[in-house]
Amino acid sequence: MSIRDTIETTFHQVAKDQGRTLVALNDSLPLTQSGLDSLSFAIIVTTLEDSLGLDPFSAAEWVEFPVTFGDFVKLYESANK
Amino acid sequence: MRSLWTALVDAQGVPAASLIGRDRTVPIGDLTTHSFLPVDIAQMTDRSVLFYTSDHLLTAATAMQLDGIARRITLATADLTSEQLLSVVKTAEAQLVIFDTQLLSELPVATIKLLEKLAPQVNLPTTQKNIDTEWVLLTSGTSGLPKLVSHSVESLAGGLPARRDHTEVVIWSTFYDVRRYGGLQILLRALISQTPLVLTSPHEPTHSFLSRVSTHQVTHISGTPSHWRGVLMTGQARVISPHYIRLSGEIADQSILDHLKATFPKAAISHAFASTEAGVGFEVTDGLAGFPMEYVNDPHRPVELRVVDGTLRIKSQRNARHYLGQDTEAIIGADSFVDTGDLVELLDGRYHFRGRKTGVINIGGLKVHPEEVEALLNKDPRVHLSLVYSRKSPIVGALVAADVVLKDSSQYSPTDELAIKDELLARCRDTLAPHKVPAVMRFVPQLAVNPTGKLVRPHA
Repeated sequence: MSIRDTIETTFHQVAKDQGRTLVALNDSLPLTQSGLDSLSFAIIVTTLEDSLGLDPFSAAEWVEFPVTFGDFVKLYESANK
Repeated sequence: MRSLWTALVDAQGVPAASLIGRDRTVPIGDLTTHSFLPVDIAQMTDRSVLFYTSDHLLTAATAMQLDGIARRITLATADLTSEQLLSVVKTAEAQLVIFDTQLLSELPVATIKLLEKLAPQVNLPTTQKNIDTEWVLLTSGTSGLPKLVSHSVESLAGGLPARRDHTEVVIWSTFYDVRRYGGLQILLRALISQTPLVLTSPHEPTHSFLSRVSTHQVTHISGTPSHWRGVLMTGQARVISPHYIRLSGEIADQSILDHLKATFPKAAISHAFASTEAGVGFEVTDGLAGFPMEYVNDPHRPVELRVVDGTLRIKSQRNARHYLGQDTEAIIGADSFVDTGDLVELLDGRYHFRGRKTGVINIGGLKVHPEEVEALLNKDPRVHLSLVYSRKSPIVGALVAADVVLKDSSQYSPTDELAIKDELLARCRDTLAPHKVPAVMRFVPQLAVNPTGKLVRPHA
């Protein structure tokens, strides 16, 4: 499964677990309008750390906070390089 | 210490001093003649009053009026379950519950619903009495029932700066709920210094609140590191331009301090240590995580700090007095210091926070006692033992993680285990507040137990 697929699956799973309605994901979607709250994002980031072995938010290098879903995917894709 | 009532009277001459909510603005001075209470405020004289409200502005406006009138003001939050509310009503010996939206169940005491608009009060200025009102804040307890922390106006507001000169424009705002220690501090600060205060509304999205903060040209704003990470993730952080940013309620790491400095280069950024029990400990303004070792063991500081057995201890006039109720432990130790339970480590002349001694998990400023979650997991007949602990999160500081040992685990296939996990988590979601539900759960063959038979808890 690609990084993007894993991220999308995780968004859907966490939204379901948290009882939140996720809007259709696309790269220009602002994360704040995705239907998820900060706890949901925190769970997504921790779940991805376990499944992908990547934690770009805790990396020592400077990280811009992602604003859109596309930024979020790109952050993980570039952390994997 | 004067009652807050005198601060309301003083604010009559300062039209700008107001509480600004999403739906309404209330000039503080108006609270000397008007109230959201549908009854004569004199009826609250010498009574134990409990707020079980959802609207921050209604709560703030009404609670401030009752200082010096009510014997005890307990600020409960609207997320309590019926069982928790009943326990708080009983422990606070509440004689009256003030609510705004709805009550989940019948209560054994009188209730009053707040009005949606201010109404004139005839008796207000003459009802002032010199009662030293006790202020009670809620904090989470190990059993799942909240603990009630007793403060006075003196301990809550004693260290706050009094009336400033009005040449500098100061407009406060906070991401906090005013019923929690961090929010109440900002409310009292705004009241005493007679500045406007922009309050959040329940369930208000961060980007909407930011746009109000921008409209009202807020200069001073406080929140937890998690609140501020949420601000950065909106992509709209730069719509606000505060002069002063304060972080508290959680450990501020270097990453969030650096991100805020880069986003708001002109703002003074400080992080403070405060807790409901210990009060405000100190403020750090040099932009670095942790705090200078000089803060510790200096008897000349108004707030004395010590590090004993690796945890930070605080002695100050701002310590809470005690917990309400029977069979509660003391807040202030025999040495007159409050043990914060926060582990610190000295590195290169600076103390850094290293989690909690008791394993309490701090999720975006909300505390979770592992024992509460473990008790629920252990109720399942298939569960032998569980350990709930803190897992570091770059978004909200920490998340709840759970290791579970199943009875006769060899009988379960991986598919069975997945099904059991789903069932355990579903039960947690039905019973616990969302932040208390384990974000990560795994099955392990065994857990470490120390020689006295207790679970070995990793330091968070």
